[in-house]
Order: sequence, then structure tokens, then C-alpha cells
Amino acid sequence: MPNVGQGTKARAERDKVTVALGGNPNSGKTTIFNALTGARQHVGNYPGVTVEKRTGVCRHGDLSVQVVDLPGTYSLTAYSTEERIARSFLIDEKPDVVIDVVDASNLERNLYLAVQLIELGVPLVLALNMSDVARRRGIEFDLELLETLLGVPIVPTVGHTGVGVDDLLDAALAVANGERSVEPRQVQYGEEIECRLGELVAAIEHTAIGLNGVPRRWAALKLLEGDELVRAGVANADVLSTADVAAQRLEATLGDNPEALIAERRYGFISGACQEAVRSTVESRHSMSDQIDAIATNRVLGLPIFLGLMYAVFHLTFTLGGPPMEWIEAAFAWLGTTVSGWWSAGSESLLRSLLVDGVIGGVGGVLVFLPNILLLFLAIAILEDSGYMARAAFLMDRLMHKIGLHGKSFIPMLIGFGCSVPAIMATRTLESRRDRLTTMLVVPLMSCGARLPIYALIIPAFFPSAWHAPMLWLIYFIGIGLAVVCAKLLRATLFRGEAPPFVMELPPYRWPTFKSVLLHMWNRGGAYLKKAGTIILGISIVLWALQQWPTLPAAQVQEFAAQRAAITVGSDIPDETRLAAIEHAEAEAALEASLMGRIGRGLEPVLRPCGFDWKISTAMIGAFAAKEVFVSQLGIVYSLGQEQDEESTPLREKLQANYTPLQGFCIMLFCLISAPCMATIAITKRESNSWGWALFQLGGLTVLAFAATTIVYQAGRLLSVGVS
Amino acid sequence: MKQPAYLANGIPLSLLAPGRRALVIRIDAGCGLVSRLTAMGLVPGTLVAVVSASGGPMIVSVLGSRLMLGRGMAAKVFVRELGYSAG
Repeated sequence: MPNVGQGTKARAERDKVTVALGGNPNSGKTTIFNALTGARQHVGNYPGVTVEKRTGVCRHGDLSVQVVDLPGTYSLTAYSTEERIARSFLIDEKPDVVIDVVDASNLERNLYLAVQLIELGVPLVLALNMSDVARRRGIEFDLELLETLLGVPIVPTVGHTGVGVDDLLDAALAVANGERSVEPRQVQYGEEIECRLGELVAAIEHTAIGLNGVPRRWAALKLLEGDELVRAGVANADVLSTADVAAQRLEATLGDNPEALIAERRYGFISGACQEAVRSTVESRHSMSDQIDAIATNRVLGLPIFLGLMYAVFHLTFTLGGPPMEWIEAAFAWLGTTVSGWWSAGSESLLRSLLVDGVIGGVGGVLVFLPNILLLFLAIAILEDSGYMARAAFLMDRLMHKIGLHGKSFIPMLIGFGCSVPAIMATRTLESRRDRLTTMLVVPLMSCGARLPIYALIIPAFFPSAWHAPMLWLIYFIGIGLAVVCAKLLRATLFRGEAPPFVMELPPYRWPTFKSVLLHMWNRGGAYLKKAGTIILGISIVLWALQQWPTLPAAQVQEFAAQRAAITVGSDIPDETRLAAIEHAEAEAALEASLMGRIGRGLEPVLRPCGFDWKISTAMIGAFAAKEVFVSQLGIVYSLGQEQDEESTPLREKLQANYTPLQGFCIMLFCLISAPCMATIAITKRESNSWGWALFQLGGLTVLAFAATTIVYQAGRLLSVGVS
Repeated sequence: MKQPAYLANGIPLSLLAPGRRALVIRIDAGCGLVSRLTAMGLVPGTLVAVVSASGGPMIVSVLGSRLMLGRGMAAKVFVRELGYSAG
């Protein structure tokens, strides 16, 4: 029997073995991968994980074993990207052995993939995973019989605790080394189909097409099924026409298309095997999961429970995140002072300025949010790992459907309230490219954490305390509302088309493990840190440079020096406040003279319809790159120095003195709608694989921000709202 | 008495109430969709039980696992409800 694995002779001499891990989503495949490799990966309970190929290494005696975690798939057709990737890997890379991780409590469905792996001719071992759950449900297996019926070694495992994993590896390596011979049983498809298969196999042999090692029977089956990849690969007119004729004959005789017939026979084979070797002793009809679901997905209670949970999550993130944020802020302040202290006081060093103002100021501004972000991701991880997220997708699906999206799109949006970067990465779970792009483009409208300081600065500056909470809610809801409108628009124009079919597995509820939740949280948080360390860092340096040059003309420098001298000369103890005031005034003048200031001035006429003067425009330049820096930029523009934050009274007073509530609101509106940061655009480019969409996102959000703010400002002026 | 044609051809799954069980007869959809549903266990000849059906997507039980099916999808799966008798 032709075999996709390496030759036996070659195996014994090698000291390196490749093991591929396949299996259904939710079968615990990733947990087994972690158990084998000890690597850091996350266990996703909710729709699949990314389509990336994860690899790890584990040692077994002298052997170095490379383990590849294939994407979770239910089948090996050519219909989805994940399946194609899994299939291509198996055919092209020819791993030494394949472990199919099978959910023991869900055996029949899981074996559908196993049967296809057998037909593909890969050296196979089955891991009967979650066997503890199966036992608890009263399912018993006659393993020896099952092994005989399928013709494949089967090892019971409990991925979460690691039980059976050693045995699994032993069995897999034994198969890889040829120590254990495998005689997989092929599904018999019945006389008619077997006849046609025979014809096709003969045709393939006759034309001597190169099949890259796959069994001819498999190729024939795929041709009968009409598999487009195999058809393209075979590309021989005679063979293809034989296949077409055979398919037509089958349809005429048996009354259905070959693909459906073949699928039915597969399940028939599986059902037969399971009837012999699997016994259910206890009817698990009212299992715990169902009971919880009766409430969680209840028509009346479901949505309120969900909304309540969401509110609780956000509330927790803000309250628990507060203290750590202050510590980080203090830490960065300390760092700034320390680094500053490396140079003697009063000296003008470009490097010092770069490090303290540019790097520490810029990156610190972003990192301060880390606790907030991590807590949000922790909550999401718990909800995902417990299985609740799938129910949430179910509940949200109806609403999402109204804007042309799926329940699945709601997770990226939820993450977007923390940071758009991991949110856009989370759109990988959406299968349809249209859905994915739509979600990616509107996710930035979910007000992210970086914008909070802007609201925290402006709202108390302009609005009475009774209005504070409602104003914040208003801003958030405007964001959500705009996202809804934009999504609908996109789906009606650029991304027209029927919403792809929604079918998703609801895995049983499970207690999330501490380890998996932390890993899960850290994966997303890592994206946030990475953005801070790379793009934001780069932007901070660029912004810093824009503020440094051109420097203040010599004449003005002398003038300020003279003013300082005037104060110090008069007395022994210089008046610190007045000195500080002169310093700040000098900083403001320097800003005006610099490139940043000039661009700000240049932008003023453009942004005037929005109600912005040159100072706001200048601060907006920085904010354009990353919203985190807006507040500190505003501080600089108002010559209050670098250290202003949203709590600072002087800045608030300056704002009150110079702007109306309407303008304050417009600032918030503009910041809400425009792109959160350049990192978002960069990640959109990466995830959509096209600069076109990234720039469309940037342009679209900017134009939308401008238009909306202008309308609000002009309307407000016309109606004299908030202009006191 | 012969079974009316519509019963022989099955009724859409989307019409079933929670708690009802049925046998899948055929799936009336494009290859990609059929393949997807097949891989998740919805094949002619399989038993399907409706767990929840309250306006939005349905939750059904197939081969021991729970699936969420959009209404549109469920309407394309034709089943024969168990408990009916012919003639």
C-alpha cells in the first residue's frame, strides 16, 4: 500500500522525527501540543485559532522530535483555507507520523477526519483525548476492537492533565520508526462506487501522472468528489473526463452526487465500528452544559445575562486596573528623572531630550495602560476558555446579522475596547474575507483605552459632574453607533453579498485552567506590548524630532535668557515659579518655531471648520500617530511643560479659558472617530495583506472624523449649543 | 394511504420545535456548505435533535455534539421528524 511517509530504511538512520498533530477544533489538540512540547500556545475554545502553523520540539531519548500543530479541521476538503493548509502540509512535507486527536466524548464526528487521514495514506495514530470526560458520561470503549476495526493504533489520553501523553508519543514514534506496522482499514464504498474507483485508478496508472506520493485510490476518490485542488493537480484531460463520466453515472444510478454518497458511506463505516466497540451506559441527556445553556441561551434571560457580564467585565477592568496604572506611571516618572539625572543639571543634551522626552515619555504613555488592557484580555480569556464565548456569539448573532455580520465578529469588537491591534488580529477567526475586512475596518471605532485620558481631561473641564458618566457613555455609544452604520454601508457597497452560512460548534462548558487563561491573555497582551515597543517607539522618536527642529532663532533664545537673568540677578533665591513660567514660555515658542508647530499652523485653516485652533491642531498631529500622546502634547502647546496629564488642573483651566464645551466635545468626537494610532493601520495592512485596505481605513476614518466633527461643530454654533 | 410528497421529501429543520428529533434526509445547498455540514455530522441518515429554537440561530444536537446553525442554514437541511408514520 503506497504510503506518504518516508522510507523505512531512511528512518532508522535519522535522529530527527517530524510529528504532525491533526484533529477537530475543540478536540483538545492544542493542549496535547502543549503537553508534548511545553511550548507557549493558547487554547481557543471559541471558533478556531489562527491559521498559523505552530511548531515545537520535544526530546524522546536520543531523538529530537519536531511537533507541528496543524489547524483544527473537521475534514480535508478543498473548501476552506485551514483544510487546504492541513492537507498540503501532509502531502508536501510528508511528516513521519500523524497524530489525530479525537474527542472521545464525540467520537463519531471526530472519526470523519480520521477516516480521511487513513485514505490519504499517512502513518497514523489516534489519540483518544478527553477520555476522562467520556468516562464520566458513561461511555466505554473496547480499545482493542476499535483498533482492529480501524486498523490504527489508539492511545487514550487526558490532555489537560497529561495522562497518556507519554504513551502517545511512544506509539507515534514506534509507527514513525517502522517498529509498529499499521494496517489501516479502508472504507468500502459499495459496488457501484468501487467500480468507478477502479476505473479511475486504472486511468491514473495508465497516464502515469506524478501524484507526489499520495495513494492512487485517494486521488481517485477526490476526483469523483470533484475536489478542485486534485483536479488542478492531475490536469490530464483523459483522467478528468473519465472522472466526470463516472460521477454522472453514479448520480444517475444512485440518485445523489458522488461527494454526498461518499460522505454517507464514511459515516456508515464509522457508525458500524462505533456500534461494535463503543458502549454508552448512561444517557447523558440533561448534562450540566445543557442545564446552564437553558439559562444562558434563554430567549428572555440570555441577552440580559450577557450584557450584565459585559458590564461587570468593563467595570472590573477600570477599578482593578487603576492602582497598577498609577504604579507604572510613577515608575516611568522615576525612570525619567533618573535618566535625566545622568546629565548635569542645566545642560542641554540632545540625547537626554531624546531619551527622556521622546522615548520614555512616548512609550511610557502607552505602557501605562498595560494593566487595564491585560485585565480586559484576562476576562475575555476566562469567558473563552469556559466556553461561554460561543454562547455569546450565539446571542449576538441576531443583532450582528442586522448589520450583515456574524456573531463571531463580536469578539474582535469587544477586544477593540481595549486596543485595536489585538482586536484586528482576532478577526482571523472570521472565515469569510468580506466579513473579516468589514470587521477590521470598523473595529477602530470601538473607543480604545488610549482615548480614555482625552475624555478624562475634557469631560471634567467642560461639563458639570452630573454629566460626566452620561457624556462618557455617549461617546462610547457614538462609536458603536458609527461602527454599526459603517458596517452596514460597507456590506451594502464594497462588501456586498450574502452573509456566509453560520454554523458553529457549541463546546461543553468547562472550568478554565489557570495556566491556559494566563497564556491566552498573554498572547493578546503581547501584541499590545509589541506595538508599543516598535511602532509607538518609532513614532515617539519622530514626533520628538519634529519638535526639536528647527530650533528657536538665536535672537529669541537670548531674549528668554535675558528674562531669566533678570530674575536671578535680583535676589539670592531665584523665584522658582517665575523661572518655570519663563521656561515654559520658551518651550511654547520653541514648539511654534519647530516643524511640528509649523505643520500645526498649516493645519489650522483645514481644521478650523471643526472648531480647532492651531494649538489643538498641533496636538492632533501627535494624536494622529498615537492617541496616547494627545494630552501631553496639549500640555506642551499650552506651555505647561511635558508632565501634564489628564488630572492636571492647570491644563484643565487653560482649556476652560480658551474653548467652549462645544469645542471640547468636538475634540473628543474627532479623537473617537479618527484612527487610534498608526499601529492600527500597520496591523490592518498585515492582516488584510494589502496596503490598499489599510490606507482606505486610514483615509476613511480621517474623512469621517472630519465630516462628523465639522457637522457637529457648525450645527452647534448655528443652534448656539454649548457655546457659552 | 400513500405519504404526501412533502413528507417523503422531508421538512426544513428550521421548522422543528425544541425537543423534537428527526432524521436528516438531504441537504439542499452548494457543495461548500454541504461539505461543511457533513464534516460536522449533518449527513443524510443521521439523527438530529433540536435543543433550542427561539428566533435566532438554532442549537441542535448531532452525533453527540451541539451545533449552532443559522436560520438560513437550518432551512436547507431537510429532515423527517420521528414519530410520524406513513399511511
